[in-house]
Amino acid sequence: MSGTETQQQTKTNILTGAQIFLECLKKEGVKDIFGYPGGVILSIYEALYNDHDIKHYLVRHEQAAVHAAEGYARVTGKPGVVLVTSGPGATNCITGIANAYYDGYPVVVFTGQVGINQIGNDAFQEADIIGITRSCCKHNYLVKDVKDMPRIIKEAFHIATTGKPGPVVVDMPKDILTASTEFVWPENIKLPGYNPNYNGHPKQTSKALELLCEAERPVIIAGGGIVASEAMEELKQLADKLHVPVANTLMAKGVYPETDEKSLGMLGMHGNFWANHAVTNCDVLFAIGTRFNDRITGCLKRFARDAQIIHVDIDPCSINKNVKVDIPIIGDAKNVLKAMLEEFNNNNPEIHYEVKQSWLEQINEWKNKRPKIEQHTDKLSSITVIQKIYEYTKDFDPVVTTEVGQHQMWAAQKWKCDKPRRFVTSGGLGTMGFGFPAAMGIAVADKDRLVINIAGDGSIQMNIQELATCVQYNLPVINIIINNGYLGMVRQWQEKLYHQHYSETRITGPDFVKVAEAYGARGFRITKEEEIIPVLQQAIDCKQPVFIDVVVDEYEMVYPWVLAGNPINKMLMSNNCPIN
Amino acid sequence: MNNNNNNKNHVISVLVKDEAGIVSRVSGLFSGRGYSIESITAAQTSEKGYARITIETSGGDENVIEQITKQLNRLIPVLKVVDLGDVESIERELILCKVIAKDEDRSEILRIAEIFNAKIIDVTQRTYTLEAIGDERQIRSLIELLKPIGIKELVRSGKVGITRSNQFTGVKVE
Repeated sequence: MSGTETQQQTKTNILTGAQIFLECLKKEGVKDIFGYPGGVILSIYEALYNDHDIKHYLVRHEQAAVHAAEGYARVTGKPGVVLVTSGPGATNCITGIANAYYDGYPVVVFTGQVGINQIGNDAFQEADIIGITRSCCKHNYLVKDVKDMPRIIKEAFHIATTGKPGPVVVDMPKDILTASTEFVWPENIKLPGYNPNYNGHPKQTSKALELLCEAERPVIIAGGGIVASEAMEELKQLADKLHVPVANTLMAKGVYPETDEKSLGMLGMHGNFWANHAVTNCDVLFAIGTRFNDRITGCLKRFARDAQIIHVDIDPCSINKNVKVDIPIIGDAKNVLKAMLEEFNNNNPEIHYEVKQSWLEQINEWKNKRPKIEQHTDKLSSITVIQKIYEYTKDFDPVVTTEVGQHQMWAAQKWKCDKPRRFVTSGGLGTMGFGFPAAMGIAVADKDRLVINIAGDGSIQMNIQELATCVQYNLPVINIIINNGYLGMVRQWQEKLYHQHYSETRITGPDFVKVAEAYGARGFRITKEEEIIPVLQQAIDCKQPVFIDVVVDEYEMVYPWVLAGNPINKMLMSNNCPIN
Repeated sequence: MNNNNNNKNHVISVLVKDEAGIVSRVSGLFSGRGYSIESITAAQTSEKGYARITIETSGGDENVIEQITKQLNRLIPVLKVVDLGDVESIERELILCKVIAKDEDRSEILRIAEIFNAKIIDVTQRTYTLEAIGDERQIRSLIELLKPIGIKELVRSGKVGITRSNQFTGVKVE
C-alpha cells in the first residue's frame, strides 16, 4: 500500500449491473456457477452469453443448484456460487441455503428480484427473499444501488468464507442489473460488526494443554470446524504427542485418519460403541469445532459427566449452548492447536504415557468386548453392499456423498476416511435429496475424481431430475441406490418405537434402470452379492452418470443405535436388545 | 437493585447499523430461537447511520441471556451488545395512561399524579390522561394505584436505558 488512503481503488469503464456482477465474480476467482434463468435475471444471462471465463451449469431445480454449490465448496474449500431468478427460483433455494448454514460451508446465492419500484406490490414472481432467508443464512443483502454492487459482492464472499463459513444471499432487483455505472472494485472491506476471533486466548490454551497433559482418560472430539480451518496436521500431531484417542463427528470424517490406532471413529447416535463409552468415561474431553449436536451428546445430563470439558470453536454461540464447558476457547481450530503444540514443544511438560496407555488399552477392551452385530437374512444386506463398494474403491481415493437415512449411517460406519473432504453428507439439517446434487457439484469441481453417491430409494427421488444435468454436462456420478422399498430410517423407528405400524413409510419408486436409460445415463441392477464388483467396475469404466439399483433386504436395521434422549453409552446393538 | 433472582427481566441495549430491516433481523432472532420480548424500542442515535435497539426480555436464566447476547453479536449489522443489568445503568419507561375520572376520584388521581411526578396531559369530561416517566418499580406502583380507579387505556413506551458515566456503549468515532 503506497498511500495512506484506504480508499485505493481500481478503475475501469462504464458497465451495466449485470456486467458488473460477472466482473465481481471474476475478481473473486469464481470459475463455475450453478443456476437457472428467469425473467428478472435475463440481463445476467445475456452478459453470460458473451462471457467465456465463467462456466454456468444449468440445473433442473434450484434446490439442487445450492446443494451442488455446497458440494463444490466442501471439496474445494472455495465458495460455491448460485444464480437464480426471483420468486419461486429464490424460494426453491431455501432448503439448500439452510443446509449450508447448518453444516457451515461457504455458498453465495444470488437471487433476482423484481424492480425496486415494484417491491412490495405483489408483482409477478415477487418474493421477500431477504425476509424469508434471514434466519437460515449468515447474512443477506438487497442491492439498492448499482454502485453498491461491487462492495456488497465483496462483503458477501468475505462473510461466507471467514469465521464459521456459511451461506450469504444477495438479492438483485431487475432495474439494478440494467442500470449502468463505472465499475470500481473496492480494495478493502469495512465491516465493524463482523470480527471473527481467530486466536484463542493464550491463558485458556495453556490451561487446556495442562489439563490434557495431566489427564488420565482424555478424549478428543473432532468436529467439522477442523475441516474449515484445515487443522488436520495439527490435530494429528497433538493427538500423537499427548497420546490422546480421537473420536470424530459425522461432519469430521477423515479429519483424523480413521484407520489410525488412536482413532475411535464416529461417535453419537449410530456411532461406535467404544467411542461412546470412551466419551462417557473420560476425565478430560477436548472438543474442537463441534456444536455438540443432540445426535452426538444424547442425554445431556449424562454426557461426559465426570469430565472437565475444553471446547474450541470459532463461533461463540456454540460454546455453552448445549454442553456446559469448563475451558471455553473462542478461536480458529488451527491457530489454537498450533499454539498448544508450540507451548508443548517449548515447555516439554511431563506426560505419564503409561497412564494414557492403560486408557487406550481399556478402550481396546471395549472394542473387543462389543457384541457382534448379526444380520439374519438370506437377502442382500445393505451393509455388505456398502462395505464391498468401500473396499473396492478405496484405492481410487473417491469422494463419497450420501443422502439421508439408513444408508447414510451405514456409509458413515463402513467408509473409513483417512482424508477430509472425502465424505460429504448433510449433517445438521438432514436433507434428503442432498447427496445427488452435491455429488454433481463435486464432479464439476474435481473432473477426474471418482464420485459416488450412496442413496436410498426414497432420497434419490427427491432430486432425481438432476440426472438430466449430469447427462448434459457428462458428470459421471455413480449413484448407488440402496433400494429397500421403505423410508428405512423412519421405518426403523416405527418398528421399535411405534409397534411396527409402518405408517406411510412403504415407498414405491420407478424402475431406476429404465429411468437412467430414459435420461441417457447408464442403469444397472444388483440383486446378488457376487454382482456388486463386476457392476461397479462397469459403472466406473463407462465414465457416464450411473444409477445402480441395489435391491436389498427390506428390514435391515442400523445398529448400534442410541434412542433419542438416552445417554450415548446406552446403545442397542441388535434386534434382540429390549427397549424399556 | 440487589435482585438475586436468576430469571429477572434483562434490558439489553444493542447498537446497530441503521439499515433497512434491522429491527426485523433482531426481533426475528428472538422469535426464531424462542426468546421472549417484553418490550422493544428502536431509534437513531446521535451518530448518523447508527441506531439503538433496547430490548427487555424475561424468563431467561443466565445461560439464555448469554446465548442471547452471543447470538445478537453474531448478526453482522450489530456493533455492540450490552446487558444493562451487568453494568451500572439507569433505566426508564414512559407511560401514557387514560384514567376514568369520576367526580369523586378526581382529587385522588391528582394526588397520585403529584406523588409520581406525573403530568396530566389531557382532560375530558370523563377522563384524565397521565404522562409518567420512571423506573420499573415506579411505573408498576403507579399502575397498581390507578387500576382500582379505572384505567381506560394504557400505552407504554417500553424500557430504554443508559449506562452511567464511566461506561460507554456508543459509537466509537474513528
